[in-house]
Amino acid sequence: MPRYIVSRLGVAVIMAVLATLVIFLIANTVPGDPALAQLGDLAASNPEFLKAFRAKWALDLPLWERYFIFLKALLHGDLGISIASQRPVLDDIAAYAPATIELATAGFLLSIIIGIPLGVIAAVRRDSWVDHVARLISLLGVSSPTFWLAFIVLAIFYGELQIAPGTGRLDPIAFPPPDVTGLYLIDSIIAGDWATFRDALAHLVLPSMVLAAATLGLITRTTRASVLECMNQDYVKVARAKGLTERYIVVRHILPNALIPVVTLGGLAYANLLTGAVMTETIFSWPGLGRYTFRSAAALDFPAIMGITLAVAVTYLVINLLIDISYALLDPRVVR
Amino acid sequence: MTSLESGAPLTVALPAPIWRRTLRRYGLPGVGLAIIIAWVLVAILAPYLTGYPPDLVDVAKRLQPPSWTHWLGTDLLGRDVFTRLLFGARISLFTGIVVVLVAAVFGTLVGGIAAYARGKTEEIIMRVTDLVLCFPPIILALAIAAALGIGATNTIIAMLVVWWPKFARLARSMIIVQRSQEYVEAAVVVGLKPSRILLRHIMPNSVGPLIVLVTLDVGNAIITFAGLSFLGLGVVPPTPEWGSMVSEGRELIEQWWVAAFPGLAILSIVLGFNFLGDGVRDWLDPKSRRR
Repeated sequence: MPRYIVSRLGVAVIMAVLATLVIFLIANTVPGDPALAQLGDLAASNPEFLKAFRAKWALDLPLWERYFIFLKALLHGDLGISIASQRPVLDDIAAYAPATIELATAGFLLSIIIGIPLGVIAAVRRDSWVDHVARLISLLGVSSPTFWLAFIVLAIFYGELQIAPGTGRLDPIAFPPPDVTGLYLIDSIIAGDWATFRDALAHLVLPSMVLAAATLGLITRTTRASVLECMNQDYVKVARAKGLTERYIVVRHILPNALIPVVTLGGLAYANLLTGAVMTETIFSWPGLGRYTFRSAAALDFPAIMGITLAVAVTYLVINLLIDISYALLDPRVVR
Repeated sequence: MTSLESGAPLTVALPAPIWRRTLRRYGLPGVGLAIIIAWVLVAILAPYLTGYPPDLVDVAKRLQPPSWTHWLGTDLLGRDVFTRLLFGARISLFTGIVVVLVAAVFGTLVGGIAAYARGKTEEIIMRVTDLVLCFPPIILALAIAAALGIGATNTIIAMLVVWWPKFARLARSMIIVQRSQEYVEAAVVVGLKPSRILLRHIMPNSVGPLIVLVTLDVGNAIITFAGLSFLGLGVVPPTPEWGSMVSEGRELIEQWWVAAFPGLAILSIVLGFNFLGDGVRDWLDPKSRRR
């Protein structure tokens, strides 16, 4: 087992370094000129100014030298300085990450808590109305564009019914709780500030619902298919022949086996939520990594784009590693 | 057993009537196909289905709610939402299908070469696909599209870069399975060229799952393109496109019709491809058929 983990870890590290090369090449070999994108029209028309700007950000050096500078800084834990915010990229990422983690985790929990039971019931009561409703929900969830769903729930629950708060993490006039973890829900509990806790929770409801929609569909469908597959296995027939109750068979015999593919998919879905909340965060003015990514991309802020992409690739690799390990733990056949 | 002991007549469940079985087998895929055909017709016939040009600005009539003259209302610049919706079908269908088809052909070829060449070539190709797959698609596409600049062509290129690896992986695994089959060995013994064996013998036998992935994936591609447009990257502004139409209406919660209808259009077409894809899977792979 330790050997398995170490070899997986080694592959992950190599992939992460290669990922920096890919993103560096994309950032530096495309026609968009960061100097022109950053400076205003007036400043860009002044050649002196342009030259100084390029020299400042090392944009005038050859490609491989710039990659070397980037790698060297990376080894010192330095992702460079964002051109747009003028702050170290690592600080920016650290500042925006908690909001995304809070949102993604809420959305993920929501889709797991609804999706797995729904998938199990749909499989056990195959072709009943529960099954049909589950299929409809998951198809609608997978097929809805996130950015549109976000607009619709805002228009209905905030605009029309006025039972949900608007965009952002807190009321515009409220103060965030004292910073411990950066997760407002946890920080407000630590501070014992229940008004802020309620406010943060209320602001979390709509965006996490929107995020959960697509994931919910995937998890329900995978759970259903996987449970159906297990229901025909011999050990289930044996359990039934022994006269065990249907409930016991489902919970103790089918579920542990059926959930293995769900773990893989769930892990990937969580990675996607952590990194792919671009649309949801943009619409809900959620100050997280997704919105930061979008802003950096729109401004061609390459140090920031590279930093984020690297952070995202590492998150992906780590979660994949965790999936593989949990897979090995759940199913001893994986490691001989 | 109990029924025999109690002497009651043995009852056998009758098969469901034919119309019900037909509906179960062809119902949803049929609906999906109908939706897709309807949108294709709309895309082709768009100018004949509406009395307004898509770019006609009439500021005096801005933000009118749906009515008999403007079926789905008007947007910020007084343009007819219904008209722009019809014309938007062209871009969405075109980009969705082009991205998936080009990615499928390219990815399958690359995956096929990898599976057939084995050794170093295979290793290098598969590591490259791993590399692309370790980025979340939307982030990588966003970075590339932003770097290339706004425009449909650039966005399609960005999407292609992130789209082909999954096809390469699927094709490789399919072909590895086929390669050890006897008919391939026979073809090798007969002395055919590897390229001919790959294209004429192996490909036709492994094409089923690829077709399923292609059908299911068009919806995905349409959503992603609309999303990139929503973020301001997909099309240059006056072009009618569903994602950018939602984006234009996203602040207008009171005037919900500006954003709501284009989003419904995306939802319907993606549902169509998902329905059809499920049906194609059942048809090509009876083992996975819902029991």
